[in-house]
Amino acid sequence: MTIAVLRRLDLSRGHVDLSHGAGGRAMVQLIADIFHSALDNEWLRRGNDQAAFDVAGGRMVMTTDGYVVSPLFFPGGDIGSLAVHGTINDIAMGGARPLYLSASFIIEEGFPLADLKRIADSMGAAARTAGVPVVTGDTKVVERGKADGVFIATTGIGLVPQGLDLSADKARPGDRVLLSGSLGDHGVAIMSKRQNLSFETDLLSDSAALHGLVADMIAVGGADIHVMRDPTRGGLAATLNELAHQSGVGFRLEESAVPVKPEVAAACELLGLDPLHVANEGKLVALVAPESAEAVLAAMRAHPLGREAVQIGEVVADPQHFVQMATDFGGGRIVDWLSGEQLPRIC
Amino acid sequence: MKYIDEYRDGAVARTLAARIARQADPRITYRFMEFCGGHTHAISRFGIADLLPGNVRMIHGPGCPVCVLPTGRIDMAIRLARLPQVTLCTYGDLMRVPGSAGQSLLKAKAAGADVRMVYSTLDAIRIAETEPGREVVFFAVGFETTTPPTALAIRQAEARQLANFSIFCNHVLTPPAIRGILESSSDGVEIDGFIGPSHVSAVIGTRPYDPFADEFSKPVVVTGFEPLDVLQAVLMLIRQINEGRHVVENQYVRAVTREGNKAAQAGMADVFTLRDAFAWRGLGSLPHSGLKLKNTYAAFDAERRFDLEDLPGRENPACECGAILRGIKRPAECKLFGTACTPETPLGSCMVSSEGACAAHWTYGRFRDHQRRAS
Repeated sequence: MTIAVLRRLDLSRGHVDLSHGAGGRAMVQLIADIFHSALDNEWLRRGNDQAAFDVAGGRMVMTTDGYVVSPLFFPGGDIGSLAVHGTINDIAMGGARPLYLSASFIIEEGFPLADLKRIADSMGAAARTAGVPVVTGDTKVVERGKADGVFIATTGIGLVPQGLDLSADKARPGDRVLLSGSLGDHGVAIMSKRQNLSFETDLLSDSAALHGLVADMIAVGGADIHVMRDPTRGGLAATLNELAHQSGVGFRLEESAVPVKPEVAAACELLGLDPLHVANEGKLVALVAPESAEAVLAAMRAHPLGREAVQIGEVVADPQHFVQMATDFGGGRIVDWLSGEQLPRIC
Repeated sequence: MKYIDEYRDGAVARTLAARIARQADPRITYRFMEFCGGHTHAISRFGIADLLPGNVRMIHGPGCPVCVLPTGRIDMAIRLARLPQVTLCTYGDLMRVPGSAGQSLLKAKAAGADVRMVYSTLDAIRIAETEPGREVVFFAVGFETTTPPTALAIRQAEARQLANFSIFCNHVLTPPAIRGILESSSDGVEIDGFIGPSHVSAVIGTRPYDPFADEFSKPVVVTGFEPLDVLQAVLMLIRQINEGRHVVENQYVRAVTREGNKAAQAGMADVFTLRDAFAWRGLGSLPHSGLKLKNTYAAFDAERRFDLEDLPGRENPACECGAILRGIKRPAECKLFGTACTPETPLGSCMVSSEGACAAHWTYGRFRDHQRRAS
């Protein structure tokens, strides 16, 4: 929709003001010039309050996630691409093929239009690369100080291939624990840009959409893949502790098998963090029946996002649901949940 | 990680462990206190207990700055933070330490107090400079390792004529605490030797430990925080005991000297003076064990600036932090451990800091309690 009477948005020096959320022409213009142009697809083009689409029969998944990351732009990504990848990954961890996304923006008055366009463009690029369109959305503007730049919420739906029913309560003793790559890249990349921490590193966030990797894994592992999770906030430690409780099992890990990049290890050492607690946005952990573990691992390694995939341990029977780890050093320890807040607004 | 991985080498660890097993006399029980919480953390994180024979027991000491702060000092910090003009800057650990009646800085912050987590004293200085309208108070805690940076911050604040910066000083000293433990050993735990923290000795040297070897006949080995450092220190202590020696030995020759860092000592001496006594959680009041700002720096002393009175503090009577800090009890022997008291809902400070004996045992080692029960 073009509204001729308005002056063009000043995308280099302009700012979001309250009129951009007021429901009038200015809002229509903001949506058209920034969001529709960046995310363009047949559903958005119809300009309805909802997207209508046909679905094949079968089992669907639905998920939603809010993104409040700070800073908005970080090495290897930004809040826009993260809001696409994160929600796609939550769909994919159910074994589902992601179909459509929605996006809701809460924008603070005074936010630079140039930054908003950059975020929308990044979101559009991430959605196109992933092949998952953003088909409907919403924009709100709140007064200065009532938000921090921009917050985004995305919702997604996906279709589960027949015969699959992945769930966090399906881990069984003997299942192999497969990890798609190195831990902590996202969290450390974000921390390196925080005002009170800032340290020099070339490290990039691992933010990526994992549904392609998941599809390749399912093609060879099928129902032998019992559980998948992406270890985001709280890191691998939180994910495995959750799974241990949900499935009523324990884990035994080998520290020497857990991949951590030297720059991540060094930053964690410096900040007193455990890489197992640091967030990831492009990694997954899969619990796979032993007979299929090797084939699934090979499929992971054949995919660009799983090249460094490894088996890091296995599921064991344990009424206490401990996640235990044999240390490199030769002793044993628990890998526990992180207590308190390591760093707010990591995603 | 160069200079770190070398000290975590599993193959070297197995060699050292074999040597310890050979040299530890099965007729003797070796009870070694690692004074410092940093060592407690390393021992738990790397599973060092699994590499030691059954007759070599590590006893966790009180060297965790967060753990030894009495509840009253936390209450005082909360009172400071609630003053409308005050921005209280603190290390993250202190936010969750329980004060009296279930209060904490984290809860005070949620209720509106301006409490900010910082990573160094210099962060606090920066906040004071950029927000001249706020009274910025740094919650200074720690042993001799963190004291020189606080001294430096005070001198910087003076040089920059920062009128809105002060510290709430809770710095304490290592040697008086060790003496406190040894002198209370009639009702306390038998200790055959001490592992001393290298970072403290990087500042004060090894000389201040001489009395423990001479007067109390206890061997002391000053060592680093990497797991191989700890194993080697254990071996050195076993050798001293087997040979009937009790001297201060320095395992950490890569940074520690007998005399320490004179510049850091001079900085501390310029800014701080001894308190007559400081009340330690668990150890009670110990003479000349804490530091306060000298009168010449009184302007930077939050206690004087805000007329802060000493608060008595009330602790949960069932909490065994005191006995745990003196090495008399192990964390799992506390009734609250893992039931009412967990890192998420700590009732005692030992469950808060990663250097606290209870937090370390809960986070890394509690599976052994179940193994013990099962076997």
